Amino acid sequence: MTTTHREQAISLLAETREELAIDVRALVKRYPRSKVNAVDSISFSVRRGEIFGLLGPNGAGKTTTIGILTTSVLPTSGSVRIMGIDVVRDPIGVKQRISVVPQRSNLDQSLRAREILTFHAAYHGVPRAEREARADALLKELGLEGRGREKIGRYSGGMAQRLMLARALMHSPDVLFLDEPTNSLDPQSRLFLWDRIRAMHERGVTILLTTHDMEEAEQLCERIAIMDHGRILVLDTPDNLKKLVPGGTCLELRVRLPQEALVATGQEAASVDGLRSQLEQLPGHPRVEEVPSDDEQDAQGLRSLRLYCEQAGELAVEALRIVSAAGAELRDLHVARPSLEDVFIHLTGRNLRS
Amino acid sequence: MSVQTSIDAIFLEKETKERRTRNRLAMILVAFLAILRRDLVVTGREFIPFLIQVLLQPLFFLFIFGKVLPSIGAAQQSYASLLLPGIVGLTVVTTALQGVTLPLVLDLGFGREIDDRLLAPLPVSLVALEKILFAALRGLVAGAIIFPLAYWVLGSNYNVRTDAIGVIIGIMVLTALAGATLGLTIGTLVKPEQIGLMFALIFTPLIFTGCTYYPWSQLDGIRWFQVITLFNPLTYACEGLRYAMVPPIHGYTLPTLGIGWVLLGLGVTFVGFLGLGIYTFRRAVIS
Repeated sequence: MTTTHREQAISLLAETREELAIDVRALVKRYPRSKVNAVDSISFSVRRGEIFGLLGPNGAGKTTTIGILTTSVLPTSGSVRIMGIDVVRDPIGVKQRISVVPQRSNLDQSLRAREILTFHAAYHGVPRAEREARADALLKELGLEGRGREKIGRYSGGMAQRLMLARALMHSPDVLFLDEPTNSLDPQSRLFLWDRIRAMHERGVTILLTTHDMEEAEQLCERIAIMDHGRILVLDTPDNLKKLVPGGTCLELRVRLPQEALVATGQEAASVDGLRSQLEQLPGHPRVEEVPSDDEQDAQGLRSLRLYCEQAGELAVEALRIVSAAGAELRDLHVARPSLEDVFIHLTGRNLRS
Repeated sequence: MSVQTSIDAIFLEKETKERRTRNRLAMILVAFLAILRRDLVVTGREFIPFLIQVLLQPLFFLFIFGKVLPSIGAAQQSYASLLLPGIVGLTVVTTALQGVTLPLVLDLGFGREIDDRLLAPLPVSLVALEKILFAALRGLVAGAIIFPLAYWVLGSNYNVRTDAIGVIIGIMVLTALAGATLGLTIGTLVKPEQIGLMFALIFTPLIFTGCTYYPWSQLDGIRWFQVITLFNPLTYACEGLRYAMVPPIHGYTLPTLGIGWVLLGLGVTFVGFLGLGIYTFRRAVIS
């Protein structure tokens, strides 16, 4: 490579780095007196204007990651750049460009709702007339018009969440961090918030959100990193992630096994494993997995099996025959496209909520 | 002046970019002042409860020890003169100290209301410094109000030197700062469930070993206790104020700790706990 080529390559590389809103490299966090890394060498980057999701069960390291990216947690090793600025070397520069909506309300209880917005903007140096105007606009945008004079003690969970989002937008951040934004909200507030988040995205704000809600990740995110035990298992678009699950569609069977019959005849066919191996013999050899069931289902002797293959629907009749031949009772049958939940189960063998 | 804005305008803001190129020091100063203004607004709104909270106890102390006891012959008339500096010192220290400690313990424990300020574009140590300054200011206001209060309660027993007002103010300022830094350190180390314990283990000894109700020089007979009081910053505050406030009584000047020792004691407390408090604060907010 000639010098000019190399220079070009370097400047191109610099440009691509410049285009990144978030750039995380080999990030590790181990808390003092802990034997394991809360964040275990993760790397990812988020383009400007992208909505990016960190998906994983509680304790996967999502909140710690957000903590490091937002300067409240110091990394053990690795590097993080937000809009090209290193979070450890220049936390103030980073704080200027980001906003955080935490999991739990941290709204200033001593102030009225509108003042929470205007003081936040004042901390960030937004001039008075401008911050007053923005507070009005954002209260309206988030459906809190007319509630600005109240103290937030009277606010519902959904309203507090919306006010925190309004607060986060007061200083027009480049990157918005949302930590479990709709956790524990009623469905209506959730839809409203999703709508507002999409609206912010359309205006070019880079958004990083964490969630353990599959639907939320699927609805909002352009790319998703699935985290477990402090590591990123996979990172891709929701559609590509779903392709990780072998077979394009999935047939889910819910069956009740005949417990007594099983004991009396000693027939192997009625066990889950037996059923499974029979189902795997079906045309196209679908992959069969048992879905971890909850306690209530266990008590009723219900088991769920999923068959993954290209055209799972075509297997329905045959599957039904196998189930009834085994003396099991079919309770439910449906065809579904794989969801992110399936991806997570496929990758970890565990349910997201377990 | 009113500015019309739309949500889109907020994000297309050209001003935002311009604001960012502004001098970093100016930005930090603006954030610091806004945080200070927030505290002023909040305290201003609950000024009456604030006064009741900090002044009721000194009021009763002055009344019982400065008025009632001398009247029934259980204490000398002149006792009020040497009690008053102690009450001023105690009020300044406890108001400044509690002005940081209690809110901070609750905030770091579960409120996390401080997060918004920690995410403001300034070093987190300046958020701690603002707390110190503001709590010290509260301590000074409370201490200053003790004077008219004492004048009203003590009546003819109110005797304060008027030739050393500058020294009185100086010692009060230093006392308030020392109390606030002590409060910052305690506030970042105590957990919410330990608040009850904190009152018993920290506040009670602080109040009673701080030469509030007795002059240090007269502890000669209880030497070990006299030595113990020297470990309490309140001792230096009260003795310094006695030095500057108590007039000669019947030609007799009350011996106090030397003013040099007073300034050294308060200065060391302030600087030492400022460093320690900012260190523990940073550790509490950045994990």
